[in-house]
Amino acid sequence: MEIALGRHLLGLEGFSLEQIELILRTTRFMKQINSRAIKKVPTLRGRTVLLFFHENSTRTRTSFELAAKRLSADTVSISASGSSLVKGETLLDTAMNLQAMAPDAIVIRHSSSGAPHFLARHLDCTVINGGDGMHEHPTQALLDIYTIQEHFGGLQGLKVAIIGDIIHSRVARSNILGLNTMGAEVYIYGPPTMMPNPPQSLGARVAASMEEALREAHVIMMLRVQKERDHDMLFPSEREYARCFGLNRRRLQLARPDAVVMHPGPTNRGLEISPEVADGVQSLILAQVNNGVALRMALLYLLMGDGESRRE
Amino acid sequence: MPVYLFTGLDLLAASGAERGGLLIVDDKIAALGKEAASHPAAQSAVTIDARGLTAAPGFIDLHVHLRQPGHEYKETIASGTRAAAAGGFTAVCPMANTRPVNDEPGHTRFILETAARQASARVYPVAALSMGLKGKGLSEMAALKEAGAVAFSDDGLPLADNRLFRRALEYARGLDMPVICHSEDLSLSAGGVMHEGPVSARLGLPGIPAAAETLGVARDIILAELCQARVHIAHVSCAASLSLIAAAKERGVRVTCETAPHYLLLCDEDVGDYDTFRKMNPPLRGPEDRQALREALAGGLIDALATDHAPHSQLEKQIEFDQAAFGVTGLETALGAMLQLVKEGVITLPRLAELMSSAPARILGVPGGRLRPGEAADVVIFDPSRPWRVREEDFYSLSANSPFIGFTLPGRALYTICAGRLTHGPEEKLT
Repeated sequence: MEIALGRHLLGLEGFSLEQIELILRTTRFMKQINSRAIKKVPTLRGRTVLLFFHENSTRTRTSFELAAKRLSADTVSISASGSSLVKGETLLDTAMNLQAMAPDAIVIRHSSSGAPHFLARHLDCTVINGGDGMHEHPTQALLDIYTIQEHFGGLQGLKVAIIGDIIHSRVARSNILGLNTMGAEVYIYGPPTMMPNPPQSLGARVAASMEEALREAHVIMMLRVQKERDHDMLFPSEREYARCFGLNRRRLQLARPDAVVMHPGPTNRGLEISPEVADGVQSLILAQVNNGVALRMALLYLLMGDGESRRE
Repeated sequence: MPVYLFTGLDLLAASGAERGGLLIVDDKIAALGKEAASHPAAQSAVTIDARGLTAAPGFIDLHVHLRQPGHEYKETIASGTRAAAAGGFTAVCPMANTRPVNDEPGHTRFILETAARQASARVYPVAALSMGLKGKGLSEMAALKEAGAVAFSDDGLPLADNRLFRRALEYARGLDMPVICHSEDLSLSAGGVMHEGPVSARLGLPGIPAAAETLGVARDIILAELCQARVHIAHVSCAASLSLIAAAKERGVRVTCETAPHYLLLCDEDVGDYDTFRKMNPPLRGPEDRQALREALAGGLIDALATDHAPHSQLEKQIEFDQAAFGVTGLETALGAMLQLVKEGVITLPRLAELMSSAPARILGVPGGRLRPGEAADVVIFDPSRPWRVREEDFYSLSANSPFIGFTLPGRALYTICAGRLTHGPEEKLT
C-alpha cells in the first residue's frame, strides 16, 4: 500500500510508524544532496512556499527557507510581530490574502495553539505547522527523531528523558507523540509548576526526580526556559532552576556513558544546560540543526512534490 | 387578540400532569383540562388540535446577554427575545454587561421601554452590582430596583474585593433582592481558555482549573452566610462546586444555583479541533463533572436551568482559539437539549418544566411558572418527539455561535404564547 502524509502537516498526533519511517527514509536521501558541492535539485521548480512567521524564529525559518531553495522552490518570507489583530486584520484575512497569490504551501509559526488547524480548515493550499503556541512543533520532533535514529541506528527501547518546561513546550508534545510511536521509552521531568496537570496526560512516563529521569538514559532532551514567561511565577530564580533542573557534567554521568544530549535551541547557557555539556562530545545540538534542513526538504517533497495529480 | 383553544394536550399543570385542553382569553389562561372546551369563550376560539404536544408554563431564562445597547451587531432586544420565543421562553433576564453598563435607572428604563415596543418575551433586567462593573463602588441598587431590575450581578467580572462584596450583599438583602454570582477567582483563572485537564494539556491551551470556580463559590457562600443574603450561583460547571452548595443548603444558607445545557451535554473533549463555538466561561469540564451535574439536576440540588445565551459574531469567533471571545448561544437549543436528557432518562418532563420555569420564577420573585386558570397566559407548547437538526442558518438570534450545530435534538417548541400573544408559531421554517 502506498503511504501518504495527507495534505497538511499539522502535528504528529495520529501519525503512524509507517508515515514517520517514510519521512526518515526520505530525509536520508535529502541529506546526501546536502553533502554535495552543489546542494540544489530541480524537484520543486516552479512551486512557491510562503513562510508566514508570527513569532520570532531564526532557526526554523532559515531551515525551511534553505530546504525549499535546495529543492528549487521559490520562497517568500513574511513576519508579523504579535497578533494580526493588533494590525486590525484577522489571521484568517491575512492567510486568505496570501492564498490568493497562489502559493503551493504555507509554513506557519504562530503563538496561538491551533492556529495552523484553523487555517487548514479554510485554505486550499498545504499548511505546515512550524510551531503553534504550546501545542506542537512537528518538524522539530521529526528532526530530533531522525537525529536519534542516525546516532543509535533505531529508537526501539531507547530511554529518552525530556527535561524542563514540559507544559509550555510544543517541542515536548510533538516529541512525546513521535517517540512513543517509534517505540522509545519517554520520561518527562521538570519543576512541578511546569508539568501538565495531571502529569501523565501527555502519554509519557513521569520521573519523580532528576536522577530517575537521567538514570541509564540514552537521550537527554533539554527544553528551553522561556524567559518571557517570567510573570507566571514558575520558579523562584534562575540560580535555583539551574541548581535543580539544569544539566551539567556531574548530572550527565547518571546517564549511560554513550548517552547523547539534545536541545531544540536557542539554548540558555548556564540555565537549563551548562556550556561544557552543550559543547561537549555527547552533544548533538548542531547535528539537530544540520538534519533540520534535510528533514524539511523531505517534508516539502512529500507534501508538495509527488506529481501534478494532487493539485487539481 | 384571538381566543386560543388547544385540545388534546399533555399538560404540565401546577396541579399535576393531565391531558386536556388549554383555553387562552386575552392575556390569561381561562381554563385548563376538561373544562377548557366547555368554557363559554371556547366557541369563538381559534382551535388547534394539539394531540401529542405538551404544554408547560413559559420558560424563564435567568441568564442571557441581549447585547443592546452597545453591541447590536451581535444581538438586539428584538432579535434575542425572538430567539427566546423560538426556544419556548416567555421571559429572559439580560445581564448588565452592555455598553453603557446597566448600572443606572435610566439604562434599566431604556431596556424596558425598548422591550415594551419590540420584544417577543418579557424582559427582566439584571442590574450591575458595582458601577461600570468596575468593582469599586456600589450601584444605586434601590433606584435600579424601582426602575425594574429584578436582581444584581457583575456576572463575568465578579467583585474581587471581599469587603465591597460583603457590603453589596448586605445592601441587596435590605432590598430583598437576589445577587447572581458568577463565581470565579479571577487571579487563578487568569490566562486560561479552557478547562484545565488532560485535554488542555494535549491541545497546548492554558487551563482554567475547576478550583477557580470552586474558590469563587466558597467565597460567595461564606459571605452570603455572613450577611444572610440571598445568592444565586450562576452556571455551575463542576462537581466540587456542587458539594459546597449542597453543604451550604444543608446549613440553611440562602443559596440557589443553575447550570446550562452545554455543561450537561458536552465536556472538554468536545473542544475537539479548537472549536471556538465550544469556548465559554466557565469552560466545558471533564466527563466526571458532567455526570455529577446530571445527577444534581435529577436529584434537585441544582435549582434551575439557564442558558447564559452569549451571542458573538464571527469577528469574535472566527479567530485563533485563545483570542476568541468566551460565550455561546443557547436560547433556541435549550429545550431540545433538555429533551435529550428526558430521552436519556436523566430527568422527567415535570422536572424539566420546574427547572426552566417555576424555579427561575421563584428565585427571581417574578410571576409565571404555573400552568393554572387565572395565571398570565405565558405558555410553551412543544413536541417532545419531533427530531430536528440544529443548523447555523436557522437561528433567529443574530449570532450563530451555538455549540450544538450539527446535533439532532429530540424535540422543539411549536407555539410560544406570552401574555396571550403568539410570539412563536408554526411556519414554513419549522416544518
